[in-house]
Amino acid sequence: MSQYVVLSAILFTIGCVGVLTRRNAIVVFMCVELMLNASNLAFVAFARQHGNLDGQITAFFVMVVAAAEVVIGLAIIMTIFRTRRSASVDDASLLKY
Amino acid sequence: MNLLSHSVLLSAEGGTHIPVVAPDTGAGGVFDLLWLVIALPLLGAVVLLAVAPLLQGSLKASADKHGHLVGTAAALASFVLSLVLFVALLGRDAESRQVGQHLWTWFETGSLSVGMDLLYDQLAALFLLLITGVGSLIHVYAIGYMEHDPRRRRFFGYLNLFVAAMLTLILSANFVGLFLGWEGVGLASYLLIGFWQHKHSAAAAAKKAFVINRVGDIGLSLAIALMFATFGTTDFGGVSELTGGADQGTLNALGLLLLLGACGKSAQVPLQAWLLDAMEGPTPVSALIHAATMVTAGVYLVVRSNFVFELAPVAQTAVVVVATVTLLWGAIIGCAKDDIKKALAGSTMSQIGYMMLAAGLGPVGYPFAIFHLLTHGFFKANMFLGAGSVMHGMDDDVDMRHYGALNKAMPVTFLTFAMGYLAIIGFPGFSGFWSKDRIIESALADNLLVGVLAMLGAGITGFYMTRLMLMTFFTPGPDGKGRWGKDVHPHESPKVMTVPLMVLAALSVLGGVLLVGDWIVTWLEPVTGTAEHHEPPLPAIVITLLITLVVATGVAAAWFLVGRREVSREAPADVSFATRAARADLYGDAINDAVVVGPGASLVGGLTTFDRVGVDGTIEGGSAAMGGLSRTLRRLQNGFVRSYALSLLAGALLVVLALLAVNLG
Amino acid sequence: MTFWILAPLMVAAALGILVVRKAVHAALLLAVVMISLAFLYAVLDAPFLFAVQIIVYTGAILMLFLFVMMLIGVDASDSVVETIRGQRAMAIVLGLVFGTVLVVGIGQVTFGAVVGLDEANAGGNVPAIANILFSRYVFAFEATSALLITAVLGAMVLAHRERLTPKATQADLAAQRLRDYADHGKHLGPLPSPGVYARHNAVDTPALLPDGTAAESSVSRVLAARGTVRSAPARAEDIVDVRRQLGVPDSQPESAGKSGATASTEEDEK
Repeated sequence: MSQYVVLSAILFTIGCVGVLTRRNAIVVFMCVELMLNASNLAFVAFARQHGNLDGQITAFFVMVVAAAEVVIGLAIIMTIFRTRRSASVDDASLLKY
Repeated sequence: MNLLSHSVLLSAEGGTHIPVVAPDTGAGGVFDLLWLVIALPLLGAVVLLAVAPLLQGSLKASADKHGHLVGTAAALASFVLSLVLFVALLGRDAESRQVGQHLWTWFETGSLSVGMDLLYDQLAALFLLLITGVGSLIHVYAIGYMEHDPRRRRFFGYLNLFVAAMLTLILSANFVGLFLGWEGVGLASYLLIGFWQHKHSAAAAAKKAFVINRVGDIGLSLAIALMFATFGTTDFGGVSELTGGADQGTLNALGLLLLLGACGKSAQVPLQAWLLDAMEGPTPVSALIHAATMVTAGVYLVVRSNFVFELAPVAQTAVVVVATVTLLWGAIIGCAKDDIKKALAGSTMSQIGYMMLAAGLGPVGYPFAIFHLLTHGFFKANMFLGAGSVMHGMDDDVDMRHYGALNKAMPVTFLTFAMGYLAIIGFPGFSGFWSKDRIIESALADNLLVGVLAMLGAGITGFYMTRLMLMTFFTPGPDGKGRWGKDVHPHESPKVMTVPLMVLAALSVLGGVLLVGDWIVTWLEPVTGTAEHHEPPLPAIVITLLITLVVATGVAAAWFLVGRREVSREAPADVSFATRAARADLYGDAINDAVVVGPGASLVGGLTTFDRVGVDGTIEGGSAAMGGLSRTLRRLQNGFVRSYALSLLAGALLVVLALLAVNLG
Repeated sequence: MTFWILAPLMVAAALGILVVRKAVHAALLLAVVMISLAFLYAVLDAPFLFAVQIIVYTGAILMLFLFVMMLIGVDASDSVVETIRGQRAMAIVLGLVFGTVLVVGIGQVTFGAVVGLDEANAGGNVPAIANILFSRYVFAFEATSALLITAVLGAMVLAHRERLTPKATQADLAAQRLRDYADHGKHLGPLPSPGVYARHNAVDTPALLPDGTAAESSVSRVLAARGTVRSAPARAEDIVDVRRQLGVPDSQPESAGKSGATASTEEDEK
């Protein structure tokens, strides 16, 4: 049982590092999705562990929220790209001291 | 006296009656017009000061040209009304001579309710006549005196404002209303002392008078606050009813605070320094405000608060001490001054000392305090206006050493001035004789030392007034004429100025009739209470002779020291210490500087430095440190979202570690 | 068994996302992870989520990623140089510590016996999930509908481009064309078609003018910019042949035909 959770933790960590190191906004987004998926895996695994379906329901809601988030996030990336001709998260760094 | 039983309480002490103020508010008749006495001069002031400046063109010019007539008419109308009211009051029974009028409720907060209430009783009636009567005469006089001043309309506006404020002070039925009038006359006094504001000395004198008066006003306002805290009311009626049951310490504190207020307004030691400088104002102002009326407000306050002072022996003793010191202080200053107005101002200070002395003696003295106040109002206004008339003829020169032998050049001024002179030194038969004689007599009966000092003061009065008289109207120069300069042509003043002088001279002579059959004592008894009779140490006639003798000595001394010698045009420099001290106002300003101004300035300087270095330093140092820290820390906000995410991960890591530490540790 | 096959694959693919330079490759690697995840769901007795994972995640969300990538350029790739000093090193160190702590932490936990979903899934997984979703979680379910509507509206607002000028009508375009002709003498008629009089009529072959020179405006500018236009001068000898056949004297110097030979292409060289 714990191997699923460990896998989930590893995937989550890899997603984290991806968010921190990649600069292409789309790839950063993919890493965020990876983290969400990792947590979903833990939810489903724990659902089986405890013998009820609440974990699965939660994973389902996570998917819905992730879908909505991706739609908005990608729209924002599009808008930024339109004006700045760049999809790098480092280029949008005007909001500072 | 038994008729007053409903309004007189029997005090436990010495069988002295302390009257309760219980005005009859539904008076009706002519008394319904009481408010008009104040409103008329107030209206005059509003018209002259607020409405006239708004006018344009020829209307404005005519307002400037005829404004003084409006002011004088307002004062005269107020006088006529006062006279009618007085006659109406005379017509009433002795027990119903306290008339009240409720105008409106001024403010109401918590348990404190202050009404715009007026109280017209025997005391207020006399004051009303004095203020409006002498005030009207001085208005008339000022028409001539201020004829060539471009701001005459404004001057009359201020005069009307003063009269309205003074009447408010006198007529108010509670201490808060009295305070309103008190501050009003202070304001008018300030405006009028500094009327010739282009002169630096006048502006400075006005400021000095204002500041010193504030010290006294603190006393009065604290007294009102204490009254409210102790009795829950500030009405004369309410307070006079409750003082009988109050704590003696509280009453003493109350009395001392009231005395502080009275000292400020009446130029009593230690707050006397402003009065001599106040002579910078136009002479009618000196006559009206700084001789006849406003400076006597302190005496009025003490007499009106008799229900406090009667039960506060410490405060009453303090009044006597202050008064005795002041009457000598002023008299000594008057001996050395060459400025005619300042000599008269010293005399005013001294005479108010007499009034205060009488007021400090209790019910025995109250009527004589008021009596002397009235006669002094007549003869001092007379002499001030006479001095103004002399200055008018001498091109506004005030130095008596430049006068001399004016008795021929200005016969009317001389004669009227002489009446005032005889009255003030107490020449038998003149008004001052009666009033001062009774005060000294009462003082002797109360305390031998005070009585002797008061008698000494009378001698000094004889000296300095004779000196003034001789230097001004006699003692011709070497060529038989006066000592005035080549371009000066002394001349008699116009009728508009001399007629008020004549009226006041007549009053100075005849003021004593008020004492016929002890009328004023009986008249004021319901207000001031009845006195237990003290037998003076000597028979009254002996005392009178003694006083006359002392005065005669003073007059003779002046005759030998001034009249028989050559008066130089310049003040001699090689004079005794006493003369130098008197010329310097007995170092009143120096004492103020050393005791209050110097330490005050040092304290303020120290506080300013502390504020700049200590407080500002702490605050600004703190903010500078914060600013520096922020400048360093803001580098963390570099705009890169990935840096923020890194911080986020570090934070999450810390949380996880903490959880592990708690769960596994 | 399935787990031990899929898990290393997933970790490898996930690590690949961290290192590959092209975003498309990252998307494909992510697809690998997601599909593997779907299989793990199936193993974990969650057939409904198995289907949803493939349909929603792999089918919809990843496709959306690819669409956006197409819109902003498939070639867009990260440069290797890290712009923020210390960011990459710190990220890797922190990531390693975080992962270690998580794994060690989970390793410390003792899980009880697995209950299994046999009982819960007794009437079938989908009806069971539907049972819970429309009873206990119905409010959350309704809330997600509001969320999705909001997301749709948000996407529309963000992607919408405001028209600043009125749309040009056909009459406007015609008038503009005439104005250009009047002001700059720009050719009024349609551009010449490619390939006219040339040996080939392909779109990348410019038309030939009567004097045998190439009409460059007959080829698309895109092709010219890409450098894939067939050179007319390269066929110049054809013109000479034709002239010879027609018996027309060689009035134009050879160089005139060569003058248009600016856009030679490597394709022609090949």
